Amino acid sequence: MKKIGRKLFRGGLGQLTIPIIAIALLAVFNLIRDPGFFSIGIAHNSDGNAVLSGNIISIINGASELAILAIGMTLVTAACGGQDISVGAAAAIAGSVFVKVLKSASSVSGGTVLLAFLLSCVVAMLFGAFNGTLVAVFKIQPMIATLILYTCGRSIAYWINGGATPTISNPILSAIGGFIPGIPIPTPVIIVVVMAILFKLLFRFTSLELFTQSVGINGAAARLNGVDPTFIKLLSFVLLGACVSAAGCIGVSRLGLINHETLLLDVEMDAILAVAIGGNSLGGGRFKIIGSILGAYIIQTLTITLYAMKVSSTNVKAYKAIVIVLLVVIGSPVVKQWFTKLMMRLSENRKKVSAKGAEE
Amino acid sequence: MKNLFKRREPLTDTQLLMTITIGIFCIMYVFAMIFLGGGFLRPQQIFDMLNDNASLIIVSCGLTIVMIGGGIDISVGAVTSFVVMSCAIYLNKGGNIFLSVLLAVGIGLAFGLVQGFLISYLEIQPFIVTLAGMFFARGMTTILSVDPQKVTHKGFLQLHNNKEIKIRWLGHRVPNGNVIPAEMEIGVIIALTVVIFVFLLLKYGRLGRNFYAMGGNQQSALMLGINVKRTRFLSYVICGLLSGISGYVFLMHTAAGNATNAAGMEMNAIASSIIGGTLLTGGVGNVIGTFFGALSLTTIKKIVVSSGLNDPWWQSITTGGMLCFFILLQSVVLGRRSKKKSANNS
Repeated sequence: MKKIGRKLFRGGLGQLTIPIIAIALLAVFNLIRDPGFFSIGIAHNSDGNAVLSGNIISIINGASELAILAIGMTLVTAACGGQDISVGAAAAIAGSVFVKVLKSASSVSGGTVLLAFLLSCVVAMLFGAFNGTLVAVFKIQPMIATLILYTCGRSIAYWINGGATPTISNPILSAIGGFIPGIPIPTPVIIVVVMAILFKLLFRFTSLELFTQSVGINGAAARLNGVDPTFIKLLSFVLLGACVSAAGCIGVSRLGLINHETLLLDVEMDAILAVAIGGNSLGGGRFKIIGSILGAYIIQTLTITLYAMKVSSTNVKAYKAIVIVLLVVIGSPVVKQWFTKLMMRLSENRKKVSAKGAEE
Repeated sequence: MKNLFKRREPLTDTQLLMTITIGIFCIMYVFAMIFLGGGFLRPQQIFDMLNDNASLIIVSCGLTIVMIGGGIDISVGAVTSFVVMSCAIYLNKGGNIFLSVLLAVGIGLAFGLVQGFLISYLEIQPFIVTLAGMFFARGMTTILSVDPQKVTHKGFLQLHNNKEIKIRWLGHRVPNGNVIPAEMEIGVIIALTVVIFVFLLLKYGRLGRNFYAMGGNQQSALMLGINVKRTRFLSYVICGLLSGISGYVFLMHTAAGNATNAAGMEMNAIASSIIGGTLLTGGVGNVIGTFFGALSLTTIKKIVVSSGLNDPWWQSITTGGMLCFFILLQSVVLGRRSKKKSANNS
């Protein structure tokens, strides 16, 4: 046990130290506050299906969009050393296209939903390619390049919707945003798992992970080694586009309406936060997707914990900020160094004491 | 006489980008005067733009300093909103005006000090720290009050109502022969003072030159004997202080605190700085450019409104388009220059 503890302080778990400590702290805090916080029950929803319910389920379910976006954001961060701040706006556009296609279809079947999703995917990837071109070809910093879409994205969504917030209700959509009859696990969670596996396979069977890291660490060196940084950067933005459209469509299906102003509001900040909490450097280079996904769940756990403590939804931000600052202060290099020094001094003292004891 | 027109040395990147911004702003404004006429022909239009954007200009100045130093501060809008709300509530509880100014400056300074400390001395990524600062300030604003707070303090209202400085000779004649003088708010004077002060600081101040050195290359700055940590710390402190001042100017403009005040101001401020030729990588930028950047942002919005594109989405779509244009232009211009430079060197 002691060994594990020492390992943790020396960063033995690598970049996953902070997220794991954070999750453990949140779990312990919740257990002390309310021992029943983690109980999982089976409830019946309005369709009469037996579904899982409980705080854990609502955390994992609610963080789905964020987790999906965090996957793509990690790639972009690693390849370009900057973040995409337009994901919320792009998700609104993707959601609008999704709804627009479904509305224009005469009858909604599984095929039309798939078609609508694919179309929204194409649109989101095109916007991703736009951002990617600015970043990769014109060498503009990602945050500045995506500021363009951040500024006008939600207005474009409004324009696509024709100045309204159309609602759409359909059993297939409620299955995507809620539960598939007969399966007790929320569908968004299944989608996250599928996406994670897809990315895992992508990394397993291609050299994308290696290439992305090398571009992020030193683009010029990567180029000399035959990796095209322009292509890798562009690809990371296009992949983020796919993630964005998945998140947007889940968000739309969950609510059954598209509201360009409130769909995934401020999600870009949370997604970047998830990447950072997951221990990934925001300056690019080495990354771990699993860290970012953990980061997304930490953020959602924090939010649900605060809701459970009767903090109103508008005030949550202030408390969240305090926890974030605490987390990053613990994770900061200076504090870590200071900690290691302290631990070393303590162990030296102990050695001295034990040596003295042995002499005597 | 020949020497007067011949430049002894080529323009620096900072000057070039600033010149482009000012040029495009002038072209845009002249275009509006010729094709749209109406309001654009009156000097009052410019004063209106200044009146509405005094606080944005102040915030952008602070952000420009941080960006020249190679950092980013996205908490500025939220801090502005927090200052507006807390000053409004304090004034409504019967506080005095002098102390409310101190409160505004104090809150701004506090944010600057804490964020600056975390970023420069604990070496945490500025984006995350100021994101947390933004969340904290927005959250605190709603904790203070979710309902709009109209200021009822008499002294402050007097300040608010008699705040216009009337400039008669720039006024315009209405059909019945009377002259309506041009009006400028006190906030504008504060904003202009801030712009000039920051300009002088950046141009002649030792600290200002240190900001450029630090943003250009942190390692060389360290080698030159600049205390990089303290310089970075000070850049965030100044930015926080200016956010506080901006909050008070905002309150003087609206005389009401609202939880959604200054929503999205941080992005507008970043956009103003970028249009004005400040690079996020640091080391390049000028506060005069930022000033014209903020004005360009408003001008394009006014042009959209007066040219009859009334659908609500056009304003931000054209703003996005303009941003795109400026960013691409800068990238192309700087790219060509660096190519030329390397060609000259070899």
